[in-house]
Amino acid sequence: MARKDELGKLGEEQAARFLQGAGYTILTRNWRCAEGEIDLVVQRGVAVVFVEVKTRSSLSFGHPFEAITVTKLARMRRLAAAWCVQAERWPRQIRLDVIAVIAPTGREPVIEHLRGVF
Amino acid sequence: MGIARTHAVAMLGLTGALVEVEADISAQLPGMILIGLPDAALAQATQRVRAAAANSGCPLTVHRLTINLSPAALPKHGAGFDLAIALACLAADSTVAPGSVEQVVHFGELALDGRLRPIPGILPGVMTAARLGHTTVMVPIGNEAEARLVPDIRVIGVASLRDAAIWHGAALAPIPVEPILATALSGSPAAEPDLADVIGNDDAILALQIAAAGGHHVFLLGPPGAGKTMLAARLPGLLPDLDPASSLEVSSLRSLSGLGLGGTLITRPPWEAPHHTATAAAMVGGGNGQIRPGAASQASHGVLFLDEAPEFASPVLDALRQPLESGWISIHRANAVAHFPARFQLVMAANPCPCGQYGAGDLSCTCPPNARRRYLARISGPLLDRIDIQLNVKRITTAQLRLAAGTQRVTSHRARQLVVAARAAAAERLGSTPWTLNSQVPGPWLRGAAVRLAPRTTAGLDRALERGGITMRGYDRVLRIAWTLADYDGLSIPGPDEVGQALFLRKGMTS
Repeated sequence: MARKDELGKLGEEQAARFLQGAGYTILTRNWRCAEGEIDLVVQRGVAVVFVEVKTRSSLSFGHPFEAITVTKLARMRRLAAAWCVQAERWPRQIRLDVIAVIAPTGREPVIEHLRGVF
Repeated sequence: MGIARTHAVAMLGLTGALVEVEADISAQLPGMILIGLPDAALAQATQRVRAAAANSGCPLTVHRLTINLSPAALPKHGAGFDLAIALACLAADSTVAPGSVEQVVHFGELALDGRLRPIPGILPGVMTAARLGHTTVMVPIGNEAEARLVPDIRVIGVASLRDAAIWHGAALAPIPVEPILATALSGSPAAEPDLADVIGNDDAILALQIAAAGGHHVFLLGPPGAGKTMLAARLPGLLPDLDPASSLEVSSLRSLSGLGLGGTLITRPPWEAPHHTATAAAMVGGGNGQIRPGAASQASHGVLFLDEAPEFASPVLDALRQPLESGWISIHRANAVAHFPARFQLVMAANPCPCGQYGAGDLSCTCPPNARRRYLARISGPLLDRIDIQLNVKRITTAQLRLAAGTQRVTSHRARQLVVAARAAAAERLGSTPWTLNSQVPGPWLRGAAVRLAPRTTAGLDRALERGGITMRGYDRVLRIAWTLADYDGLSIPGPDEVGQALFLRKGMTS
């Protein structure tokens, strides 16, 4: 596995643990379809939340949030709809969240969570 | 998450409006939105500010920034808001102290490396801030000297965004940078040409001095090579230094049009000579988006010289009628009205016909009479009516050249002293009236009981009026010039000689 994939895997692991700690239930991880992948689908209360996790080992190439582009957001919205169709679940509230994991080698990673990006 | 505000100034004409720059950070993906009617250059401020902040060692937040320029309906132009926007964003993030940023009015454009570039219009901008009761302004170091010309306001010159942030309490160590200075620091204009260079043409030299003393507009008519342009270029040198108020106005206009001022106000009257292909917008001001002063405003308190006046488009010439009357130019747009001062002294020069030789004596004119008549008719009657001195300038002859070699000619320095004395005499005589120059005095007052001349004095003029040689309006203008001649010669009241001379200066064109 390439180093960047390892880092991504690590970030998703961290994010999942962070969300569980915050009271979310994990529904799916790395759900794939023809259009792409959703990193995490979680639930808390009535809200089903689709989460994109971005991991960086340093800030020298910009903050992880800066890598979330308009096209990526549009794809997440389409993927969220596709997930609902295949899972046959029609939640009362849907949210798109982004989690940034900044994980410098050998140090405790920093996690930032943005709720309800659109 | 955070909100902060600071202030900047938006210029409209010579007056500015205070703009509140608000920045809000919301928990969203990174982004920067600028609202409040920015023009294209201002809308790009978001890119400059983000790069400049990052390169200054105080990056902006990674969340969404919304920046509002209030009042939102006022159109705003140019890159001068960069510093205010950057500091509002940093204050919203608490990188700098929001309380400190709020008290200061900021000016300046940011370079991508975080240094501050000087901007045009600092002098009127800082004056606006002072007038609206602000006590502190922060300007780019290249504009500091110009900003300090405004009294009673604290000026902080900074070289970079980092320095600005440190001044506002950011916990950063200063890094010295090479400051960006204004490109044109030449406060002193080129030397004014001297009146003593003019040989012959004694009438025209007298006319020029009278024009300077009374503030009269001048029309010079003559063949090519008669020295019309040479004469006109010497008029600013005869005018007295600008008084403090006009000096501030002239300097503000210069600053607004992007020419550097340096650390001194302009004290000599300006000289503007637009080319005859100038458009109406170039003459009275205008432009795309931001409204800029035109040549007529740039010449305010100085001389506007129109060489080859009949070659100008007639709408351009007629656009000058409003400022000649009121001393102001108002430019109306759908969303704004800009006012510029335009109290200039007009000097027009023209050839008598398209080929230029009519009346020159040595060469014969090849123009058909109709072309000749049409040529000067391009200058409209109402415009010509506002010009007090209309003079025929003749080519110099060999005899005059020989004669001139031995005679003492009046220098600009000496003439200016006489002009200053004449203006002082006129101002004293007109002390109880709203006018200070003879050219401003209306006709009815000149013919009124207070200063009416004896019938014996005006006999020649009355005869000219009787014969239809001059109109009533022309009569008033001759009286005005006669008074200036008296002031210039140190007389308390014009005599028949002055009236006769005045009639010549008025009618020299048609003789």
